[in-house]
Amino acid sequence: MVTIQFIEHDGTEHRVEVEPGGTVMQAAVINAVPGIDADCGGACSCATCHVYVDPEWQERVGAVNPTEDAMLSLSADRKENSRLSCQIPVTEALDGLVVRTPEFQY
Amino acid sequence: MSQDKQQEQSSNWSMVGKDPWTMPLDEIDLSHPGIWHSGEYLPFLERLRRDDPVHYCPRSAVGPYWSVMKYQDIMTVDTSPQIYSSQPTVGIVDTFEEFTLPMFIAMDPPKHDEQRKAVQPVVAPANLQRMEGLIRERVCKILDGLPLHEEFDWVEKVSIELTTQMLATLFDFPFEDRYKLTYWSDVATAIPGGGVVDSQEQRWEAIQECLACFTRLWNERVNSEPGNDLVSMLAHGEATRNMPPMEYLGNVILLIVGGNDTTRNSISGGVLALNENPAEYEKLRANPGLIPNMVSEIIRWQTPLAYMRRTALVDTELAGKQIKAGDKVVMWYASGNRDEEAIDRANEFLIDRPRARQHLSFGFGLHRCMGNRLAEMQLRIVWEEIMQRFEKVEVVGEPQRVYSSFVKGYSKLPVKLRPLA
Ligand code: HEM
Ligand code: FES
Repeated sequence: MVTIQFIEHDGTEHRVEVEPGGTVMQAAVINAVPGIDADCGGACSCATCHVYVDPEWQERVGAVNPTEDAMLSLSADRKENSRLSCQIPVTEALDGLVVRTPEFQY
Repeated sequence: MSQDKQQEQSSNWSMVGKDPWTMPLDEIDLSHPGIWHSGEYLPFLERLRRDDPVHYCPRSAVGPYWSVMKYQDIMTVDTSPQIYSSQPTVGIVDTFEEFTLPMFIAMDPPKHDEQRKAVQPVVAPANLQRMEGLIRERVCKILDGLPLHEEFDWVEKVSIELTTQMLATLFDFPFEDRYKLTYWSDVATAIPGGGVVDSQEQRWEAIQECLACFTRLWNERVNSEPGNDLVSMLAHGEATRNMPPMEYLGNVILLIVGGNDTTRNSISGGVLALNENPAEYEKLRANPGLIPNMVSEIIRWQTPLAYMRRTALVDTELAGKQIKAGDKVVMWYASGNRDEEAIDRANEFLIDRPRARQHLSFGFGLHRCMGNRLAEMQLRIVWEEIMQRFEKVEVVGEPQRVYSSFVKGYSKLPVKLRPLA
């Protein structure tokens, strides 16, 4: 099992445990973590699964892909550590991952 | 062929009264407004989803075109802008260069992205939050002024009035003159001879008037403190303050058009859907907390824009069909939103459905509706305030549908109000 911690805009924390294989977006949705809408169901085409990756984890999580980059730029709240959580596969290496959800999804 | 001519000729090609299940496939022409106007379109969509989900219509008043009917295929087209271009236009009728305003809805990257990024902040959720109070105040005033227990037209008195006021709020437009916004929106999308304007020249004149008015507003705001309204944001914005006048106007009109009929028809469509599904109205009365979820379901059910068009840039294949460079490709959101393979019980209106947000009505990909949060907020406020006041908004006569295969909506919806006991 892999543990992922989601921290809401107001500081509320949610710790979820999932099997590797899915995406960080799915981990949130399956566990009803608020603040992730995922309107397109993971097709990288809605930008409503936006998260900020904790700086300590950025390197292990990796960089944005080109489609994701284009979609993220639609968001007014993009930051340097922004990712679309449907584009982050859950692997053993991400056990303990910390991400924050923005106040608003696009 | 001129647009006037296209309209005239098209009246012979209506499918109204024909049997969707037996008519030859290549005679099915969804672009004709007839079946949309009469409310017969659903079985035609179903037939194509079943028998020919990527369908070629060889002859129509607007020329040959492809129809994409299924959710997943629509998703594929919507997310492949390098194959399916939004240029020159996203309507099925080709436009005339000299009468077209530059709008980013009809641009491909990188130009699209630049322009959109410049305008986007005005409808960013944080900015919307600042406008919520004023919008709610205006909604309350409209609802409190409605007659009780007597028949009136919901479209005119509520849907149109509310959307017009919302646009005025968005632009901080002189409130008394707000009806001009609705007029310009109608003009911008009008086909000459269709009732709004008689000729392209007349249409162009109205657009010039709109430009003059918004230029005045620009000049006013550029010389005062930056505000939260769209004109002020454009006038002061880093990326927009040197915009050429026609580009500025294109963006203004895009926001007016984008936010006008779509929201209006969702407001009407929700009332109709709840009346046609009394058990759902009951659920809503029992639990008004369902409103945010219901709003998404209303937008799916209504699908205020039946389609968006793309143009193939290269030869390509979609679901086994060979599409040629230059072909028109129409994504029928109105069909994808009823696709049982993608959406559970897609042909039922369920205000508490799980994953209600996963619908096609806002499109997906780079052109996904920029005003989607604004539209949802308006509908949420309207329904919150309706439930504070009325036991039922009762539909008491036949709705009249708009004569269009693009804008899916109502020109009339007779209702009576029953206040809460
Ligand atoms: C329920 C209401 C609405 C619906 C169903 C709707 C639907 C759509 C759709 C389907 C598109 C995609 C166009 C494409 O892919 O070619 C779109 C784009 C757009 N909409 Fe909306 N819309 C709604 C409300 C609004 C509102 C309130 C605004 C105004 C602020 C707005 C502004 C826009 C703009 C500016 C675009 C262009 C985005 C781009 O090309 O990047 N819409 N809308
Ligand atoms: S779920 Fe739509 S972009 Fe991630």
